[in-house]
Amino acid sequence: MEAIVGIILSALLSQNFILVKFYGICPFMGVSKKIDTAVGMGMAVTFVMALASAACYLINLLLVALGLEYMQTVAFILVIAALVQVVEMFLKKFVPALYKALGVFLPLITTNCAVLGVVLVNVQEGYNFLLSVVNGAAGGLGFTLAIVLFASVRERVDKTDCPECFKGFPIALIAAGLLALAFMGFSGLKIF
Amino acid sequence: MDILIAIAILGGLGLVFGLVLAAASKVFYVETDPRLDQLNECLPGANCGGCGFAGCGAYAEAVLKGEAPVGKCASGGNEAAKAMAAIMGVQAEEVTRKVAMVRCSGARTFDAEGNLTKGAKMKAHYEGFHDCLAASKVGGSGPLSCKYGCLGYGSCTRVCKYGAISVKNGVAVVDEDLCVGCMACAQVCPRKVITAVEPDRNVVIGCNSLAKGAVTNRACTIGCIGCGKCMKTCPSGAITITNNLAQIDYSKCTNCGQCATVCPKGLIKDSNVEKLGDPKPVITAAE
Repeated sequence: MEAIVGIILSALLSQNFILVKFYGICPFMGVSKKIDTAVGMGMAVTFVMALASAACYLINLLLVALGLEYMQTVAFILVIAALVQVVEMFLKKFVPALYKALGVFLPLITTNCAVLGVVLVNVQEGYNFLLSVVNGAAGGLGFTLAIVLFASVRERVDKTDCPECFKGFPIALIAAGLLALAFMGFSGLKIF
Repeated sequence: MDILIAIAILGGLGLVFGLVLAAASKVFYVETDPRLDQLNECLPGANCGGCGFAGCGAYAEAVLKGEAPVGKCASGGNEAAKAMAAIMGVQAEEVTRKVAMVRCSGARTFDAEGNLTKGAKMKAHYEGFHDCLAASKVGGSGPLSCKYGCLGYGSCTRVCKYGAISVKNGVAVVDEDLCVGCMACAQVCPRKVITAVEPDRNVVIGCNSLAKGAVTNRACTIGCIGCGKCMKTCPSGAITITNNLAQIDYSKCTNCGQCATVCPKGLIKDSNVEKLGDPKPVITAAE
């Protein structure tokens, strides 16, 4: 139990995949213009991360049994790509509005290194099945937290009288840096 | 041997995932309306945005859902409206063709010494971003003496997908044959000097200045000073002067062209003059 709470807290805050480990910056910058789409992207990533953690745990068992640990990265990429495809088809059928809002960033989850990162962390830390899924889901929620916070910051910054040369992307990068600095404050947080 | 196992395992995984994806694509298959493709074919595909939608595809979808009428494509005109109406099974409304018109006649001409003889005066020499919005922010109201006229830095030229608008002698001019009336130029113009007019409407007022007569006179030799001569001459009472600027009510205008002959600044453009062979030269934005 302690381990689960520890994993959740560290994945959400002190080891946040976006703002502390700097994985998955592409969707973080790309889909954070509006809170609505940011929430949608966060949910999609959370879903894929939890699913990928579960699937990759099973695949990893197979790889370890056959002594093929060195193929982990390749196999995991394969799993994630297939999963994202399924999620994309699912959304297109059942949630077309979200499918449209996510646009090109949905297939980009395939190359979202936060997803690959979380499954590799699972393997490195030697988590069991439950802990892997918890880490995946919590990592995804951490991603959601970061991207939604950042989207709300950007929505406000867009309305301010920002100097012309900083408008748009430059000020967003600065805001992202400040947000990451704020999250560094959690690094002293070692509960368990 | 090891490498064969690796190949077999990864190949097997790939095969399994491929089969799962193939099954999923059957399960999650989304039916699309065949009319959508037909509608898309009716549209010009230039994605000019004149209809108010993100592009031709977005407009076609809106028409399919019944959220938009068929006749909104200015570029496709009547043909597109009729074709789309046939697909959707509705009656097409007549689409009146409109073209953009730059309501500024301040094109500059100079004499041999380089002194301004005609047109809008500059109050400063602008060197910077070659963009109307950027120029309009400099020094309060831009480098032009007139606060309402065309700046001539060609933002409209760059946004036009049809090459219909160009800058001549410091003022944008629309080629009515090329213009499709998408009004993308009007949206980008910081001075809001471009409006839509019907091309067969002969009489148009080529000025946008709301300043008082004396101020307009100082800023430009071809500016409307609101003298009211056109208003008094007009036999059908179609012209009014509001905010020091003459305006034509086209529901009353009979295209007689008398206003163009009396305008002391010669800024009322009358394409009838060319047709009737009137000897009086009319200064237009095109010259």
